[in-house]
Amino acid sequence: MSDTNEMTLVFDSKSENEGFARVATAAFIAPLNPTMEEISDIKTAVSEAVTNSIIHGYNGKPGKITLHCSIDMQNIRIEVKDEGCGIEDIQKAMEPLYTTKPELERSGMGFAFMEAFMDHLEVISQANQGTKVIMKKTIQSSAAES
Amino acid sequence: MSKNNLINSSVHVENPEKAIYKVENHCLIIQLNSDLDHHSALKIREKSDHIIAHDNIRNIIFDFSNSNFMDSSGIGVIMGRYKKVIFSGGKIAVTGINPPVDRIFRVSGLYKIIQKYETVMDALKAF
Repeated sequence: MSDTNEMTLVFDSKSENEGFARVATAAFIAPLNPTMEEISDIKTAVSEAVTNSIIHGYNGKPGKITLHCSIDMQNIRIEVKDEGCGIEDIQKAMEPLYTTKPELERSGMGFAFMEAFMDHLEVISQANQGTKVIMKKTIQSSAAES
Repeated sequence: MSKNNLINSSVHVENPEKAIYKVENHCLIIQLNSDLDHHSALKIREKSDHIIAHDNIRNIIFDFSNSNFMDSSGIGVIMGRYKKVIFSGGKIAVTGINPPVDRIFRVSGLYKIIQKYETVMDALKAF
């Protein structure tokens, strides 16, 4: 088996695609033999990033979200990209419990979860320039020797 | 679903793939049948608030026995319902918790304001 692999999915900014993005990512990384906890951590992080694109990036309006995953040995890199409104103040957006949409009962925990559940989180965004979230995680289990 | 239906029946089945709603002794039991994410949150929030407003609800139980995933959108749903019942002395409980959901509750600190029980019966007895 080769040590690298990658995939790209482009889907509509619709809430029903949140589950699809999570499950597709979990299936893609399955050959690395992650633990149940590692799988659920990654699913949560993907879910948060995609949900952010739908609610904040596109503000519920139509648009496309690109999910790109790559694997290099035991290292996973996940990129979630939208061409939505972008983030003016990334620092502020990443503060736990901060939300611009309390009326939608957003908990303000999205970026905090991505940070907590992944090894690395990078947010690239500018107002009106869309948002790109890059997350990395190394699967610790050594069972993936094949 | 009409208002009358909700008041006359103690079991509300709508969109069973997402959740089943039951009312027992002024307690709303939300049996989740899907991932609790932003997608299901919209429907669950709307449906449960309708029942809370019409059925004199005091406590709420979220039963995760058939749900294996929750993200920060789920935190929003639970916090939102918590704010609705807390002023009248109500409580929120969660039951049937599995490891992925437990992790979210622990990391978010939600266990400081909600109680976890094994089963719905345990939670009902404790209220």
